Amino acid sequence: MSDFLLEAVHITKTFGEFAANDDVTLRLKPGEIHALLGENGAGKSTLVKMMYGALQPSDGELRWRGKPVRIANPAAARALGVGMVFQHFSLFEALTVAENVALALPDATDMAALATRIEQVSRGYGLPLQPHALVADLSVGQRQRIEIVRCLLQEPSLLIMDEPTAVLTPQEADQLFVTLRRLAAEGCAILYISHRLEEVKALCQAATVLRRGKVVAVVDPRRETAASLARHMVGVDVADVSTRMVQALGEAILTLDHVSLPADGPFGTALRDVSLEVAGGEIVAIAGVAGNGQSELFDAVSGERLEGVGGSITIAGHGCAARGIKARRALGAAFVPEERLGHGAVPDFPLSHNVILTRFAVDDGMVQRGLVNLGLAGDVAGRVAGAFDVRTAHSDPEARSLSGGNLQKFVIGRELDRRPRLLVVNQPTWGVDAGAAAVIRQALIDLARSGSAVLVISQDLDEIFAIADRIAVISRGELSDSRPTGDLDREAIGLLMAGAHERGASERAAS
Amino acid sequence: MTGLEAVILTIITASTPLLLAAIGELVVERSGVLNLGVEGMMVVGAVCGFVAAYTTGSAALGVLAAVLAGMAMSLLFGFLTQTLATNQVASGLALTLLGLGLSGLIGESFTGLPGVTLQPFDIPVLTDIPFFGPILFGQDVLVYTSFLLVFAVSYVMTRTRIGLVIRAVGDNHDSAHALGYNVLAVRYGCILFGGACAGLAGAYLSLSYTPQWVENMTSGRGWIALALVVFATWIARRVLVGAYLFGTVWIMGLYAQGLGIGIPSQVLSSFPYLITILVLVLISRNRTLTKINTPACIGRTFVPDR
Repeated sequence: MSDFLLEAVHITKTFGEFAANDDVTLRLKPGEIHALLGENGAGKSTLVKMMYGALQPSDGELRWRGKPVRIANPAAARALGVGMVFQHFSLFEALTVAENVALALPDATDMAALATRIEQVSRGYGLPLQPHALVADLSVGQRQRIEIVRCLLQEPSLLIMDEPTAVLTPQEADQLFVTLRRLAAEGCAILYISHRLEEVKALCQAATVLRRGKVVAVVDPRRETAASLARHMVGVDVADVSTRMVQALGEAILTLDHVSLPADGPFGTALRDVSLEVAGGEIVAIAGVAGNGQSELFDAVSGERLEGVGGSITIAGHGCAARGIKARRALGAAFVPEERLGHGAVPDFPLSHNVILTRFAVDDGMVQRGLVNLGLAGDVAGRVAGAFDVRTAHSDPEARSLSGGNLQKFVIGRELDRRPRLLVVNQPTWGVDAGAAAVIRQALIDLARSGSAVLVISQDLDEIFAIADRIAVISRGELSDSRPTGDLDREAIGLLMAGAHERGASERAAS
Repeated sequence: MTGLEAVILTIITASTPLLLAAIGELVVERSGVLNLGVEGMMVVGAVCGFVAAYTTGSAALGVLAAVLAGMAMSLLFGFLTQTLATNQVASGLALTLLGLGLSGLIGESFTGLPGVTLQPFDIPVLTDIPFFGPILFGQDVLVYTSFLLVFAVSYVMTRTRIGLVIRAVGDNHDSAHALGYNVLAVRYGCILFGGACAGLAGAYLSLSYTPQWVENMTSGRGWIALALVVFATWIARRVLVGAYLFGTVWIMGLYAQGLGIGIPSQVLSSFPYLITILVLVLISRNRTLTKINTPACIGRTFVPDR
């Protein structure tokens, strides 16, 4: 009889020529919280997908309680006792909480009885949920609870969690850790994937580190430092972003004055009375949990939505509320949206054509008498790729062929190459590995140091603390006053994320 | 027979084929598939139903043949869009063109022949009740089927597990796949159901509405059925309302022509289509209503990553 619950032994998974997992061995004990670490593309997702039956290994075997098993599909994994909480939730927005849970349970269950069980279990683990709420109306944290409760109802012996805290406020994350420790104490094994090394140190008893599909280390994270863990993942020391010099600020380049914007569809959030000023030479960050009006704020500032915008938006001294994105770019502004593939870049266009799309109106010579200067566009694409270390297979590949981190470096580099007076960027390093994130953050700091104004919308507090001079928090479409980074800690920001500054909240508290 | 009774009876006949085709397409679209080939499946159902009934002398066999023909057409669509992952819009349009051409070929030697009529129910006593008798109890089996289908689809979609799975697949096929549901199998099933319903609608046209075969006899009803699904915001009960609303407008147009109102008949007969466009415009204005019920994956091709 084996001591191990699940063992992945000498697992190899190839996609064509490419080995996503190469001779990977990972052993999990009951009641253990085990971290799986690695950069993007290191093969973490591939490995857990095989454990969850969503992929089949090309070679090697999985053992469950010492016996070889073949996990044919996710249903078989669930029957075995493996639950999984995905990074990108596998939820159905148009369905209710109870319906979402029912879909993961093997048999058609009585919906009324199920609703009662959801309420009981969710409250029992400190993750309260309303069974009849529509998922589309819930916050990201609440959505994750559904995923977790859905797993808990199947009484799993192994819970796989893929970057669970990436979308949570610090307080929500703390609550999650309490739940996970309790589950582990009840004997459930937890495989925990995260980029947040401090979190792994605090929570996990073991860690397996993958690099380019191979296991490079199995360590006890409690005896490591965040830097030593990062070194295992990347293979070299990760450069810290250089600290900023305090410098005199220029005049305000972006001014938002009582800006409002109706919600974009039933699942959006309306902006209410947002005021903010960003001066040349500084980086202002907007923190907040996803879905609290960040995309609406970006749309209002960039001019992607003009209809319904209230209040005034001033860029470089010009009133812009009625000006479109092209006119704003002409004033020296540059915008990088959250979604790089499909919004920031056209997937099927080569990089040179993607250069044209944001720069056709602002670069001399990019378009002459209606004709596109492809040579110049190619030069710019090459320059951006060189300056930002965008690794490409050949000289001018399609945007979709780039990895997330490389494409993000290109999309941001394309704007920085113009030396904009104002850069507005939403989620600059979302889903980007540590090396690329460091390059991007350094570039943002350098831009601000050269006298431009930078507005960063981000959900990553580590990033915000690393680069921002001032921080404001957005929640339910309302923006808090901004404060210097030094005056804030994670806890204060967490409270603001939960809505402490909202006028609605204070009225409720007062009544 | 009073005038009102006659009007209501003609409205029922005008609405039934729309209702049958639309309720099938609703299920297809709920699963995230957009089949623009309703017109083609319907017209092939009509010709096959007519030919089978004419040859065997049995209206029941005609209905059966129409259903099978509609399903065969939809199976082709399913094979193209699901197995071969082709573009749904292009495949649906091709299916309509194919159906129109194919039905002309099959029906060439049957054009204008006297067909077999699907007999209405004739329940003694009940049918004899003035006014309500013929309207409620004197219809043929396809009219009752159309109503039964609305309630059955409504019940299945909102109350049963299979309906939940269909909605889930239409809302987010990646999640459904991740949970271990066979997205393609669910969609094949829905596509076949849609084909069967379109076939029934065709059978109603060639066996009951006008019991004969005329080329292109669907005359755009398949397209109206497609519009009705949007009109109903993918809710089964509203398809019933929509189908009868359009049926009524249609018949009113005909009566207006008969009364000799000074509007050209071409304008009057374009009325149902104009109303369709108008209602779609009005509905699209209310983005909240449509966005909540619209199957998020509609028209998107799903290829499992294996």
